This record gives sequence, C-alpha cells and structure tokens, in this order.
Amino acid sequence: MKDLKQLATRLMELDDRLAACMKCGNCQAVCPMFGATHMEGDVARGKIVLIENLAHEVLRDPKAVAEKLSRCLLCGSCQAGCPSGVKNMEIFMEAREIVYTYLGLSVVKKMIFRILLAKPKFFNFSMRVGAPASRMFFWSSKDEQKTTHSPLLKGIIGDRHIRRVPVKPLHATVGDLDEPRIGGGVKVCFFPGCMGDKFYVDMAKACLKVFKHHNVAVYLSSKFACCGIPAVSSGDGEGMVMELKKNLDLLKGKDFDYIVTPCGSCTDTIRDWWPKYAERIDASAADFFRKLSAKAMDINAFLVNVVGVEPAEPRAGATTVTYHDSCHLKKGLGISKEPRALIQANPDYKLVEMKEADRCCGCGGSFTLYHYDLSRQIGQRKRNNIVASGAKVASAGCPACMMQMEDVLSHNGDSVLVKHPVEIYAESLK
Amino acid sequence: MASQALIKDFEQFLGPENVFSSEVDRHTYSFDAAVLRPVVPAFVIRPTNVEQLGECVTRLYREGVPMTIRGSGTNLSGGTIPDKTDTVVILTNGLNRILEINSNDLYAVVEPGVVTADLANAVAAKNLFYPPDPGSMAVSTIAGNIAENAGGLRGLKYGVTKDYVMGVEFFDATGALVKTGSRTVKCVTGYNLAGMLVQSEGTLGIISKAILKLVPPPKASKAMMAVFDDVQSAAEAVAGIIAAHILPCTLEFLDNNTIVRVDDFTKIGLPRDAGAILLIEVDGHPAQVADDAVAVEKVLKECRAREVHVAKDAAEKTQIWEARRQALPVLARVKPTTVLEDATVPRSQIPAMMKAINEIAGKYRLDVGTFGHAGDGNLHPTFLCDKRDKEEFARVEQAVDEMFDVAIKLGGTLSGEHGIGTAKAKWMEKETSRGTILFSQRLRRALDPKGLLNNTKLVGI
Repeated sequence: MKDLKQLATRLMELDDRLAACMKCGNCQAVCPMFGATHMEGDVARGKIVLIENLAHEVLRDPKAVAEKLSRCLLCGSCQAGCPSGVKNMEIFMEAREIVYTYLGLSVVKKMIFRILLAKPKFFNFSMRVGAPASRMFFWSSKDEQKTTHSPLLKGIIGDRHIRRVPVKPLHATVGDLDEPRIGGGVKVCFFPGCMGDKFYVDMAKACLKVFKHHNVAVYLSSKFACCGIPAVSSGDGEGMVMELKKNLDLLKGKDFDYIVTPCGSCTDTIRDWWPKYAERIDASAADFFRKLSAKAMDINAFLVNVVGVEPAEPRAGATTVTYHDSCHLKKGLGISKEPRALIQANPDYKLVEMKEADRCCGCGGSFTLYHYDLSRQIGQRKRNNIVASGAKVASAGCPACMMQMEDVLSHNGDSVLVKHPVEIYAESLK
Repeated sequence: MASQALIKDFEQFLGPENVFSSEVDRHTYSFDAAVLRPVVPAFVIRPTNVEQLGECVTRLYREGVPMTIRGSGTNLSGGTIPDKTDTVVILTNGLNRILEINSNDLYAVVEPGVVTADLANAVAAKNLFYPPDPGSMAVSTIAGNIAENAGGLRGLKYGVTKDYVMGVEFFDATGALVKTGSRTVKCVTGYNLAGMLVQSEGTLGIISKAILKLVPPPKASKAMMAVFDDVQSAAEAVAGIIAAHILPCTLEFLDNNTIVRVDDFTKIGLPRDAGAILLIEVDGHPAQVADDAVAVEKVLKECRAREVHVAKDAAEKTQIWEARRQALPVLARVKPTTVLEDATVPRSQIPAMMKAINEIAGKYRLDVGTFGHAGDGNLHPTFLCDKRDKEEFARVEQAVDEMFDVAIKLGGTLSGEHGIGTAKAKWMEKETSRGTILFSQRLRRALDPKGLLNNTKLVGI
C-alpha cells in the first residue's frame, strides 16, 4: 500500500459492517478499557468512528488510529452486548491488519509471528536454552503463587510477577502421542497451546491425566505451531497463515473426533479464525479447516458434555474456589456452565461466585505486552472481586487469564492460588 | 483552531491525562447517539473534582470559548454534539462519586457523572428504589438524565427524572456556583431553579451535584402479555386500565411490524398476525398486586384481547419481557441506520397516531417499526434505513417532519423523552409559540451574555 487513498479504499471494505453501529454507547457499560480510562477512543463506538473517518478520508493519521486500535483487549464484551449486533471482533482484527500493513509491521513482531511461533523447532530450542538461563535473571517474589520477577529485565518485561518457566516443556516430556482408540472409544487431538506446552506444563499434564482416566485416546504432536491469535491480533495475517500451514501438515489425515484445547483463546481461534485464514492458503485447506472447526472443543465442555463428568456435593470443610469467565470462553464460545461443573466434580472444592465473573481480567494476550499499566489497572478490579469472594483458589479456563490473575494477586500479596478447572478436577482422580 | 496556550493552560491545571487535544481524540467526541452530522471540537477536558469543574467554566467563559457538556454521549437529539469546531467539550465522567444514600430521609446525593444504573444498583443494595429507567441507563449519567429529563418504562406510575430531582447545584455560564432545592421534601427558598435546569439540555448551567428522591421498592409485581387483533382495541384497553384506576408500573406496546421482526429473530413464538401486543406489569403490596392483576385481566378481555398470558413465576416474567427487550435490538439489525423517534400523544390518540405513522411510512416507502410506552402515549416509531443512501434518507427526514405535524395536531408533543437538541429545534415554535422562543432566548442571553453554553441547541441564543 503506497498512499492513504489506497488505505482508505481497503478500509471501505469494512464500511457496511461499520455502518451497523448506531453509536448508542452501550459498549461503555461492558468495555474493560473504558472502565479503566473512560475515554471514547478506548471503547468500540469511538474506534468505529475512527476507522470510518480514516476510510472516508476525514482523518489522515493512520498511525494515531493504529495506536487507538491497539488499546483494545479483543475480549468481545462489546460485541456480546451490542444492541445492533455490530461484528466488532471482525472489524477490529481486519482493521488492525489493514492499518498495520500500511504502516509496516515491526521487525520484532515479524520475527515472533513468522519465525518463532510458526517454526516450533526454533521456538522449542530457544525455550530449552532460555528456561534454565532465565533462572539467573528471575528472582522469587516470595508469594503464595510462587511467581518470580526480574528487576534486571524490568525495562523489557516490566514489573511482572510470573511463574518460573519450567525447564522441561510438555513436548519434551511426553513427545508425540498417537494412541489407539480404547475399545472403539473416543479419540481427541490435544492442542495444548503455547502456554500449555511451555508455561503451564503441569496444567497440560493434568489434561493428559484426565484423558487417561476416562479412556480417551490422544493424538498430540510435539511440533504444533501457535494457534495464531497473537499474530492476528497484531494485524499479521501472513504470520497467522504461516502458523496455520505448519499445523495443517500435522493435522491432515489424522484420526480424531475432537480437537480439544485447555485454552479458551486457542479453541475460539480454531473454531472461528482458522477456516477464515485458511482461505488464503487454498480451497482444500479451507475445506479441511471448515470441517475441523466443527470438531473444536474446549476441554471443560468436552469433559462435561462428551465424557459426562458430573458435579458432586462438596464435602464439609472443602476449599473455596471462585471461577473467572475467560472472554473467549464465555463471550466467544458461550461456555460458562461446564468449567463450573468440572470444578464442582471435585468434592474437595466448593464453588463461590465472585462479582462480575465475566468481566475481562485485563490480560488480552499481547495487549498486556504493550499496555502493561492499563492491563494491571484492569486486573486490579478482577483481583478485588476475587478477594471479596473470600475464595482460596481462583480458577480460569484460559492460561492467559491464569497468568494475569497470578500477577495481580502476587502484587497485592494475596494468598489466593490460581488453578485451571482441569487441574482441580484432576486432583480428585487417583 | 484552539490556542495552544489555552490547551497548555488546561494541561497544567487538570493534568495532561485529563486534556484530550490530539486529532484522533477530538474525533471521538464529535458525535453522540443522534443521527446527525458530527462536529469535531477544539479539545476536550475532564475535571476530576467539582472545584475544577467550576474553574474550567470560569476560564472558558473568560476566554469566550463555547462549551458543550458531555456525560456518556448517549443523547438522541444531538445535545452533546459540539456546536462548532472551536467548542471545548467538558466531560463529567471524571465526577462519578455517589456522595450519600440516606435511608432515613430517602434521598441520594451524587456527582453529575454517576452512571444511572450504578446509582440504581447502589440504591437497591440499600433496599431503596430510584425508579427512572431510561433505555440507556447502563451508561447514561445522572446529570445527562436531568439535563434531558430522561424518561423510561416506568413513567406512567413513577414519573420521569424531573419527579426525582429535589435539588441541584450548578455552575452558571460565568462559573458562579448556584445552589437550589434541598434535602427536604418541602423547600420554597427562592426560585425553583432546579426545575429550570431540568431538560435545559446544557444551555443554562452545568450541573455539579444533584439531590435525588428515593422511594421504598415495591414488594411484589406481576407481568402479563395481551394480544390484540388491532391497535384500536389495544388502545381502548390502555384507556380502560387507567379508567379502572389502576396504574401499572409499565404498560408497553409493540406493533405488528415489531412483533414479526422480533419473532423472526428470536423465534420465541409471538403471534405474528397480531395487530398489537401490550405488555403490562403491576407492582406494589402483594395483595394489591393480586387484585390489580385480576382487574387488568378483566379489562383486557372486555377490550377484545384475544389472548392474555399472566406470568406465573420469575422465569415466565422474563420470557414475557423478552419481546420488549428485543424490540430495539432487532429493529436496529434490519438496516444500518436506526432513526429512533419519540413523538408522544395523549393516550387516547394512540390509534390515530399509529394509523398516521403507518400511512406516512407507506407514502415515503419506508420501513418503520413502532413500540413504546403506551401508558404515556410515548411511541418510538423506528425508521429503518441507511443514511449513506441520500435519497432514502431525505425521505426519512420528510416522513419524520410529517409525523411531528400529526403529533402536534393530535395535541401531542415533538419529544416525550429524547430532547430537542439540534434535531428538533426547527419544530419548537410550531408546538409552542413565537413568544416561547423569544422568552427562552432572552432568558438564555441574560444568563449567558456571551452565548457560550451549547449555543445552537434548543431555541438557540
């Protein structure tokens, strides 16, 4: 794209969808960004006006618009509550790609999305070298969540409190799996996601333990690439396609009934975005991913609706747990009952609801990398609601939310632990 | 173009985080919920305490800078769209503290930027009730509600915002603080300036504090739905209910087009051939509610309701209200632009008004769905169009003009609850009189000699 005219022409492709916004402002009520800043440019209708004005050449500052577009968690709350059904998620993702392409994607981002996340070998190698090395730079935060922080790297990662990166990621521990069906039973493709493979490895192992317990056969490749959501939300459609091609090679011709992930964002991406971006590969890829899309399933939903795990009565003195509805799980996939049912399947836990359980935690995937201060500010509200519930454990069905909750709880010196519903359920299995 | 010096001055005074002067930020304050031409302001300021608010007004008045005050920008008549490109927008959402909820004396004191639903929830948590419930209450602000005299679904029994304003404090155009009304039920100290500020649309003063009346919540309620073959029978039922001395807390109406559209979208099994549906809720003491419900049912049947469903429990009640909740969202999805009007007529004139609306829509070949507050005669004819289609939009404007004509002829009003702003200013004289316009303009000039407060709104200055 050479000039603004061309940029405007491409943005006009969104015009019909933009016109559907009646500027009622109802998005203000649910937008986590607006909740933190109270600025129109941070809420959906303000962003829609900016895209419209750029498309209609009333505004001629794509860089400033891009900056506003980046101030969004892509949580989908505005879309879920929009009276006129504006497809905000599609609009913002596409607008990001168009505007960022015009401005040119940074070299660092290109490296991350097109090399690191698209070439698992490279990513895995760097993590294996990096994880042990990171011990030198990350010091214990001396908190209940057992997080670490790095004063030395503060300039790069901010004052984040994150768990220590496990030395052995999942793929190095279990490698490739392609188990035969047990007695003609169900078989899943387990897609652990980058966070499940490299960061919350115990959580991913808990998933495998649960599959084993219920005689669910598993297909798992040690070479899965990223699901692509970080690339798409950063406007790198090409990066997404590269990652998708890699995954296509690993999924094609494999036998499984469902593709199951423990990450709401991965599931949502597999279901909604893979078929869309596969069209950029070729017709047969598009067809493959359309069919795969129908098999995409969140692990909570799989265990409750397919395997038939049922809630139990909590025993006396059970540990209290509160559940946070991840945006992609509830607003994207409509899953909110199943994770709660899975938690309740362990009688050692008693579920208590927090206020605003489905309000975004403020992580937003890559959002937290660029807007850590805002992310923390939004996260503080989630933390306050968690603590007010009195629960000893906070649970979420998405590793990004887990990381965010650990960070804010640790910073506040709270003793609340963070667990995935599957981890809680797995504890009940001997 | 605003002077950079003035922007610097405000940045120093309010902090740079509360002054928005970049091009993109200014564009995001150029519009509200009205389908009108946007105007990009010079810059936007956000005071975070009341003293700052007063000082901002003082400084802008001294500099002769036009001001538009903005809460959440949900206005449907353009009241929060800046008047000119040198206008400065003053935001109230930095002033959003609930200062007091008094359970003994039944009032609340709030800052102007408190969101209506936040107040309603905080009040409900203390087992009290703030009844005004405008459609935008999830985001609208209290000062915006006062400045527009916002209504809602509960108008018939509980009244509208003006009925809950016990007192306000506001800054006049020059920045002087004016206090009027009090925390007492009775107060006749001086002019009823609070009454003057209600529905003044940001033209007479800038509200800095409000004292609002609270009431005890009803202990019980009952909802029902009645299906009619024609609008006439539904209107007779509305009149019959009131004649039987029953004041439902809500008495809502959906026309055939709205019924069909809602059913298309939700598949909840509405009677698609019905001429109209009435949704009625009575509330109060449990015994009274039971009696009222029986009486309403009797009236509905006498007025040829072909079906009456009475909700047996909370779940059924939610189901009954689903059709009404979905009315606007569903209509809004039909076409990109939704022109939501609020012409209001005396209750008895609803059939005549409905007939006129549908005839006008036919004449101008437009798609219109009508729902609204039948108990108040407050209808929401909703024109479904695409403003990018210039020819069609011109027809919408003609149809709306003609509809107002009819509303006025029927003894009604241009606007039941959305305000005049710039959208309906040209119609003011037709409904009122030349004298009304002149009186209002003289009032404005006396209070705002430089003509800076929202100067193109209402009657102009």
